[in-house]
Amino acid sequence: MDSIILAATEIRLGPINFIATDWWIFALKLVVILTVVPVGALVGGYALHKELGHLQHRLGPMYAGGFHGWAQTLADGLKFIYKEDIIPARADKPVFSLAPAVIFVPIVMLFLVIPVDRSLIVEDLDVGIFYLLAIGSVGVIGVLMAGWSSSNKYALIGALRSAAQLIAYELPIVLTAASVAMLAGTLSLVGIVEAQDWPFILWPPGLGLLLFLIFMVGAIAEMAIPPFDMPVAESEIITGPFTEYTGMRFIFGFFFAEMAHIVAFSAIASTLFLGGYKPIVPWGPLDVIPGIVWFMGKLVVMFFVLIWIRFTFPRLREDQLQSFAWKFLIPVSLILILVTGAWVLYAPESIWPR
Amino acid sequence: MATTEGRVTREVEEVVEEVSTGQLATQEMILNVGPQHPATHGVFRLLATIDGEVLTNAEPVIGYMHRGYEKLVEARDYRQITNLVSRMDWLSGINNELPLALAIEKLMGLDVPPRAQYLRVILCEMNRILNHLMFFASFGAELGAITPTFYAFREREDIQYVMESVTGGRMHFGFFRPGGLKEDVPRGFYSAALAAVRQVIDRLWHYEDLLVGNEIFKGRTIGVGVLDKEAAYSYGVTGPIARGSGIDMDVRKDEPYLVYDQFDFDVPTGPNGDCFDRFWVLVHEVVESARIVEQAIEGIPSGAVMGKVPRVIQAPEGEVFVRTENPLGELGMYLVSDGDRRPYRLKIRTPSYNNVSALPAVLKGTLVADMIAILGSFFFVLGDIDR
Repeated sequence: MDSIILAATEIRLGPINFIATDWWIFALKLVVILTVVPVGALVGGYALHKELGHLQHRLGPMYAGGFHGWAQTLADGLKFIYKEDIIPARADKPVFSLAPAVIFVPIVMLFLVIPVDRSLIVEDLDVGIFYLLAIGSVGVIGVLMAGWSSSNKYALIGALRSAAQLIAYELPIVLTAASVAMLAGTLSLVGIVEAQDWPFILWPPGLGLLLFLIFMVGAIAEMAIPPFDMPVAESEIITGPFTEYTGMRFIFGFFFAEMAHIVAFSAIASTLFLGGYKPIVPWGPLDVIPGIVWFMGKLVVMFFVLIWIRFTFPRLREDQLQSFAWKFLIPVSLILILVTGAWVLYAPESIWPR
Repeated sequence: MATTEGRVTREVEEVVEEVSTGQLATQEMILNVGPQHPATHGVFRLLATIDGEVLTNAEPVIGYMHRGYEKLVEARDYRQITNLVSRMDWLSGINNELPLALAIEKLMGLDVPPRAQYLRVILCEMNRILNHLMFFASFGAELGAITPTFYAFREREDIQYVMESVTGGRMHFGFFRPGGLKEDVPRGFYSAALAAVRQVIDRLWHYEDLLVGNEIFKGRTIGVGVLDKEAAYSYGVTGPIARGSGIDMDVRKDEPYLVYDQFDFDVPTGPNGDCFDRFWVLVHEVVESARIVEQAIEGIPSGAVMGKVPRVIQAPEGEVFVRTENPLGELGMYLVSDGDRRPYRLKIRTPSYNNVSALPAVLKGTLVADMIAILGSFFFVLGDIDR
């Protein structure tokens, strides 16, 4: 009993002490996050343009700003600021206006617990991975709000598709994340990174890779990017829940949120499976490279792969996606939980060589 | 459930019972797909009644692009009409000009020099490749694969360039005249055309891997939107769609015009009539067209490109029907002349019109996502429907 109370107080004490003693540090961290995420999304948008350009044998933006059009996303953003903010006459105005914020804010909040380096983290929550999964699913409420309040049939179809998709694909994500937590023996993200002498994608062999693949499929579906972009499928239902949005609301609810989401999930995947800020293999000389470089490098690779997938595959159909989730991914991830449990129970020394 | 006027309130138990026995009455919703919609390639409207994501009924609404060409041609002389009909199916301009030229020639008894006939074949087939690549591109985009679109457009550009060097136009060529062609091809045309066509074939197989070989693509198209043989016959469907349904029908083979009987080419057909077969036929027709272009360039005779044509084109009294194989199907022109310099009547049978009329039969009972795949595989051009 004592130990439970002790654990509970430990969880609570961290942030409280922080706010009580170093409130300015807390404020500084907030400012940093609120700067880094939009800038990251802008850079991500530019990287997307360029990668897309090269994948499709074209140049991408080349003029704005001079060198290879580096200011293009900035210019796009400015353009959208100046656009008229149209709210349809029959829309539910407060809900309609609030929806983009409900979509965007949780994505920003994802970045709060991601360790960029050993000590470079806004808040090392003891329940970090749990927090990630919980916050990550809030966005769908915003999507539902947008779809319902727009008073548009396409928006409604898109919102319902989005909700169905989230329920189906949150499960594999949660189940694989649970396996990761079991492998690491902790819910804290710093703890998970520290537990990866070898990144989980390489060790335990096979199991880690499978977990990673299932996690990424779930992540792609949750971000609603192709091949799982049915909620916004442009050629079918225009832009789904965002059909009626214009200007900044459209950008924050849709494009910006999507970019930030891709960056966030690249970061989460590198943290959970690729060893975060640690070298990709435990080899002494590699430690010279600072952790932030490792982390950013892994993030960039993940981002590249996600964009690559995004622009290569055709879109699945809603029912195919559902059956893929419920009949394949979820059973497999449940089995993997059992395998992980058995592995941790019977051969812990092979997972934790220390 | 709140009581509202005109709405039946039901007890919770009642609803639960209906759900568990599968009898829950859900409300149908009418969804207007178009006139402005990314998947319709123009102003085409599909009045879809949907129950959830299932289409219970679909009715194409056409006519948004009616420009009255059949009436307009009655006020223009024969040379001017060429540029009008070229705008019907804007993806295959030169193929539209062909039946008109053939009809006038047939009515007036004009002889077309062999060189002009060969060049007509070459230009028509290159135009067919342009058209098919366009639908290759748009079908991928409709299924969410954006990248093949750009690859197809890059290939189009090479052929487009050759066509432009000959005719001066990129979409509306206006190059065929009654009795021959406007002028001979420029120097270097053969090698440029061969290079462009061969490049398309070389690269097409790589691009095909992106779509036809892709598991997701197969999952989206195989068994989806099946148009069986009988339905295809009864709706008068022609072109790649009919061939996708297993109908071995191609005017170029069945009733050869120009010099098509001198070339060796196949007519690809698909067994099942689903979206995949239609797309497969489309891709393979590109290869066949390329083969025809290669053979035609090899065997092209020298000589004039314009026959003996009177200064004033004045068709004698009479009527004539000419049909040709347009990229999208059979294009027929029924020309009636009363001996004037203008046609008395020009009735045009366009392939897209008949192809679209088969849509409701295929769409009933499909999902919204499949509807897009079907729309994309029913290759039609809006201008060709409404003309």
